Amino acid sequence: MKKTNIQHRVKDHILEGSKAIALTINNINLDVVSAYPITPQTHIVEDLAQFKADGKAEYEYIRAESEFAAASIILGACATGARVYSATSSQGLLLMVEVLYNISGMRLPIVMTCANRAVSAPINIWNDHSDAMAVRDSGWMQFFAENHQEAVYQHLLAYKVAEKMSLPALVNVDGFILTHSYEPVSIPSKSLIKKYLPDYKPETGTYLDPNNPVTMGGFFSSDSYFKTRENIVTDFNLSLQEIKKEYRKLKKVFNFKDDSNGLVEYSGPKKPKVILVTMGSLAGTIKETIKDYQEVGLLKITTFRPFPSEEIIKAAGMCENISIIEKAVSPGSGGPLYSEIRAAISQTGKRNIKNYIVGLGGKDISQKMIQKIIKDSRNKGKQITFIG
Amino acid sequence: MNTKNKNKFLSPGHNACSGCGQLSAVHAVMRGLTPDTIIANATGCLEVTTTAYPQTSWGLPWIHSLFENASSVASGIRAALDKQGNHTTKVLVQAGDGGTYDIGLGLISGMWERGENILYICYDTESYSNTGIQASGSTPYGAATTTTPNGEKSVGSTQVKKDMLAIALAHGLKYVAQTAAGFPDDITNKVKKALAVSGPAYIQILSPCIPGWKINYDEAAMMGKLAVKTGLYPILEYTNGKLSASSINANFKAEPVNTYLKGQGRFKHLTEEDIKHIQSLAEENIKKYRI
Repeated sequence: MKKTNIQHRVKDHILEGSKAIALTINNINLDVVSAYPITPQTHIVEDLAQFKADGKAEYEYIRAESEFAAASIILGACATGARVYSATSSQGLLLMVEVLYNISGMRLPIVMTCANRAVSAPINIWNDHSDAMAVRDSGWMQFFAENHQEAVYQHLLAYKVAEKMSLPALVNVDGFILTHSYEPVSIPSKSLIKKYLPDYKPETGTYLDPNNPVTMGGFFSSDSYFKTRENIVTDFNLSLQEIKKEYRKLKKVFNFKDDSNGLVEYSGPKKPKVILVTMGSLAGTIKETIKDYQEVGLLKITTFRPFPSEEIIKAAGMCENISIIEKAVSPGSGGPLYSEIRAAISQTGKRNIKNYIVGLGGKDISQKMIQKIIKDSRNKGKQITFIG
Repeated sequence: MNTKNKNKFLSPGHNACSGCGQLSAVHAVMRGLTPDTIIANATGCLEVTTTAYPQTSWGLPWIHSLFENASSVASGIRAALDKQGNHTTKVLVQAGDGGTYDIGLGLISGMWERGENILYICYDTESYSNTGIQASGSTPYGAATTTTPNGEKSVGSTQVKKDMLAIALAHGLKYVAQTAAGFPDDITNKVKKALAVSGPAYIQILSPCIPGWKINYDEAAMMGKLAVKTGLYPILEYTNGKLSASSINANFKAEPVNTYLKGQGRFKHLTEEDIKHIQSLAEENIKKYRI
């Protein structure tokens, strides 16, 4: 099989994922941070508070009394022309939902990190993707990181595309697996980041300013509401190209190479018999496992919203057996990623598309499980299987 | 949309009810502001009637996000201004009693606790006016609303009006005041005083609602005045936690609550006994807030 081509520069540090994200965020010229603690997001916002306490940060740090307030605070700050940040997980993200829709409807380019965690009940603090899937339709771009380095770069990409398209973005990092683990990682410098991501300067007349008063968030009739929502969808579609373009620039400025185009990353043989599809840190486990298989490839979805249907068809549309392995499920349907991939691939003829639900509530996903899935992938029959 | 060329902070042409008590109070609030002000507004009549896109009545920078979060949005605005080194631009929150007493209360507590320099104004119509006069934590005893209707077995609302001023004072606010539509100069003066204070401030303005209170379109100001004169809704001002001014002073002569209650459709079902009970609530106020 083709070797995955990942050539990063020499990594500068061995860091906890949360620290890597916090250091990157602090290197962005940021105005306002607001957050509320929830496991496993806590280390990120604790680090950001510590930088501020140590005089190493320029941003205002506003302690919120709930995630609902944190999201509203960054909404107000962003509407006043500030570059803002927050991070949350699970219940916190769900508590924010009303504000998330509001942020995207108001076209505010806010970036947040979600340290992905299962949703209660039963209460469980460990990793899966149920939280991110619950806000799938909120009008936020969604990126999923495989490792610390990808998480670092995705935050820069998220701000760049968000500010260009006036759309908010959520960077998903697997709770504990990425947030609490240590890996070699390189943190881009302030000056290099500035080269890629210039200071945020919204256009005059688009934010709250006594010298240029505007009315934001007014009452819309059906006609203007319909048009506004349609425009958001149009811009989401346009953002697919922007993400690709900005990811190319990102690689150039930060001098690294990988097989991703910012939307998807394929690793494996040119004509695979089986393609496994996943998002986030699980891609690492799968990459290790498929080294022993000549006919199996991996398609890692790095951008879930906007959904890169064309890229998926290009990479996997001609493969007979496609297995989607995911850490979320929609009761009464299947995995959300599975449903969307099925919808995209169905245009290319009859395929054997299967869905494996794994890792809910942080249930360990072993290489043995992946081997089992590979073995089952060519079987016709049951489409949705729980492997746990 | 850019509203720079508007020569007023709140232009006429909004579509609130004729004679709306809240809108008259808003005009009085606006007279206390300078152009160097940003407004965060909660969902409610004020937002709906002044911002029907693509039109707006606002000549100041103005934002509406949701029902319950105007206070947090204001915190964000304050933070963004502070980061710019701008500590002079004033930040004002406007909300109704539903957004203040009920759904937004936790977020208001957070804002006050952080000690941010924000003036919060609650236009108290004593019900959810915008959704069709449902009861809120501010609805007084005996008021008929669409969710506390009077009937053979119901006097209307049996709740005691929540004491928002006490909640504000418990947060250590340096300026807390209560006033009513019908006293426009008092409203304007209180806004100016509140803005001169550094840190959070709270002003609550009784705003008679024409359809909610079932009064005539020319009676809002009169009803605001009567509420004060009966002692049911005294004009109050707390400076640094102490009652510094009250309408229940040496010149105060209480009018019976009867005149106030009988003029409003929401109270027309009350029995003599109910009215006696409400008279006792007014008398408690008169004792409590005498200066």
